[in-house]
Amino acid sequence: MNTNAVTFDGTKEQEKELISFINTHKNDKGPLIMIMQKAQEIYGFLPIEVQKIISTEMNIPIEKVYGISTFYSQFTLVPKGQYKISVCLGTACYVKGAGKIFDELKKELQIDAGGCTSDKKFSLDSCRCVGACGLAPVFMINDEVYGRLNPNQVKDILNKYN
Amino acid sequence: MYRLHVLLCAGTGCTSSKSPLVKEALIEELEKQNLQEEVCIVDTGCHGLCALGPIMIVYPEGIFYAQVKPEDISEIVSEHFLKGRPVTRLVYDETIQGDNITPLADTTFYGRQTRIALRNCGVINPESIDEYIGTGGYEALGQVLTKMTPESVIKEILDSGLRGRGGAGFPTGRKWSLAAANKSDQKYVCCNADEGDPGAFMDRSVLEGDPHVVLEAMAIAGYAIGANQGYIYVRAEYPIAVQRLNIAINQAREYGLLGKNIFNTKFDFDIELRLGAGAFVCGEETALMTSIEGKRGEPHPRPPFPALKGLFDKPTILNNVETFANIPRIIVKGAKWFQSMGTEKSKGTKVFALGGKVKNTGLVEIPMGTTLREIVEDIGGGIPNGKKFKAAQTGGPSGGCISIENYDVPIDYDNLIAIGSMMGSGGLIVMDEDNCMVDIAKFFLEFTVEESCGKCTPCRIGTKRMHEILTKITEGKATMEDLDKLEELCYYIRDNSLCGLGQTSPNPVLSTLRYFKDEYIEHVRDHKCRAGVCKALLNFKIDEEKCKGCTLCAKNCPVNCIEGSLKMPHKIDQSKCIKCGTCFDNCKFNAISRG
Repeated sequence: MNTNAVTFDGTKEQEKELISFINTHKNDKGPLIMIMQKAQEIYGFLPIEVQKIISTEMNIPIEKVYGISTFYSQFTLVPKGQYKISVCLGTACYVKGAGKIFDELKKELQIDAGGCTSDKKFSLDSCRCVGACGLAPVFMINDEVYGRLNPNQVKDILNKYN
Repeated sequence: MYRLHVLLCAGTGCTSSKSPLVKEALIEELEKQNLQEEVCIVDTGCHGLCALGPIMIVYPEGIFYAQVKPEDISEIVSEHFLKGRPVTRLVYDETIQGDNITPLADTTFYGRQTRIALRNCGVINPESIDEYIGTGGYEALGQVLTKMTPESVIKEILDSGLRGRGGAGFPTGRKWSLAAANKSDQKYVCCNADEGDPGAFMDRSVLEGDPHVVLEAMAIAGYAIGANQGYIYVRAEYPIAVQRLNIAINQAREYGLLGKNIFNTKFDFDIELRLGAGAFVCGEETALMTSIEGKRGEPHPRPPFPALKGLFDKPTILNNVETFANIPRIIVKGAKWFQSMGTEKSKGTKVFALGGKVKNTGLVEIPMGTTLREIVEDIGGGIPNGKKFKAAQTGGPSGGCISIENYDVPIDYDNLIAIGSMMGSGGLIVMDEDNCMVDIAKFFLEFTVEESCGKCTPCRIGTKRMHEILTKITEGKATMEDLDKLEELCYYIRDNSLCGLGQTSPNPVLSTLRYFKDEYIEHVRDHKCRAGVCKALLNFKIDEEKCKGCTLCAKNCPVNCIEGSLKMPHKIDQSKCIKCGTCFDNCKFNAISRG
């Protein structure tokens, strides 16, 4: 993964919000994941600068923070697009042709899985089962679920966001 | 007093089918017709028939409307609500017999079900504790705290024969008695709501449709083993479930059903939510507890078992959502009642998430011992488009594929293991002749490779090697020796991995090798994929006799490898063809063959 190209432009307000959350929760039982989830909510991703803040404020080695951020798929070290597309590749969707939907999205957006369009508008990932198996195949754009899809609908759906 | 009650499904399935827009339209229309005092709208959890969403049920008659759109609302309101004439064109067709509308319970989808865990789903408003109490909620907790000893609670659960619904099927009562026997200043009750098996969504439906049942059951478990703190570990991918759990926990605290001195006894119990961060291995019990502790969710060897040394090194029990959802009913109705359902060694019911190539996709709760044929053909309504049943996959990445020869085996924990699969959390994906079994095995291995936590070698490296061999097979590059190597690897990984994820990861391969070996051999020896899935093995050809020269294939070909002029037969340049199948899908004259 190429992380060099990312510039960090976090604000003082964001840092303040994170630090105050850490101070409220650092004495809870096992709070690290919860704090990192909050950090990602604030910044949208977890660049090394944010991980450093967490490590310093909680007084734990940064490798612990980094270890967690790379273990769980929810955490991302690179920023995502304004519209995050996650294509469900769970079993129900897969047997109903989610692979073809995924290919169509890659073709339309001209990015690969894990990628982000150059205008930062769309990013594309696969995910494991959103639990809408009755509507397979499905994908999500941010929190909106699109179901009962066929590849021909992809273009029209993307156009709604342009 | 309301004249009519309209139940609108607000589960993930129907919400994705835009049920919130239907609700908006309904509120607007009711106001327009001045009916808001007469018609009550109730948001409910999942009714199970997700394929027909958005679902709307109108009481007192119980008319079941399917796939309702916002533009249908004014007709429903003026015809049905005002004039008493149900809009038959929108009524679920299985409930229409001639001129009459029959009860939902008489349809094949609902008629065969016995709802215990899903008892309240789709019936009550999950955001109202009063509705839960109104249907007998918290009665079991009251009974346990005021009339029963912890020992008698455990005995009741033990006698009921309830086994863990998360996959392995360990007797729940035994788990509880082990934790109860260990003395400690602090114990924990955990709920596994990290429903990671792709294709399974029953736990989500319970959390969304009836969150209080989980809280009540956890408190009962806490009393039984002597714990006063519970944790629910829930997937972050389930935002509606998280929101309803939060509402439910706050309501229960307000009513004094969580917190200090519950039911004026000396029993204290509280529950905290922990959100998962996306790791399949966290469904494994030791990994889940490590993750609640805020660390990398890696499993560790057992013993010590969590009943002795679990969360924060204290005695802990972990049960899954569906297991908990059975507990209050067992307490109220008794172990004997629960025992009367199911098979000899698997009592009660099981919820299955029916998906894939089947007409009625959704959630079904059926007595243990129902056959696969009954589930697929009767309840599921069969395979669409006149295709043939090929296999059903249960148990997710840890399970296997069941072939037609076991169509009539009664489904329970032990029978499923005997035929090479497992219960798992209850995903049941139906596959037809268009699904390639080698490709499905590869799909699951891809999953395990990605989700292996990397701690032990057999799982980390072994699954990767298996995936490589499967890829070779699907690309037509494998030899018959590779098939033997693949099988050998399966046994090695099964016997040597640290946790359940690795130990069960070969199941998809072993079960397909057992029942569909001829498909593997076809791929290797004849370079053929009979389902037409494995691209590298496909050849697209245009039948000159059938081709009308409509040019549709050539226009749609992404690499422009089809040539031919209007009204003349076309030809595919095989050297340029990327085997995407677009021409095959687009041809209106069946002139393109795939083989």
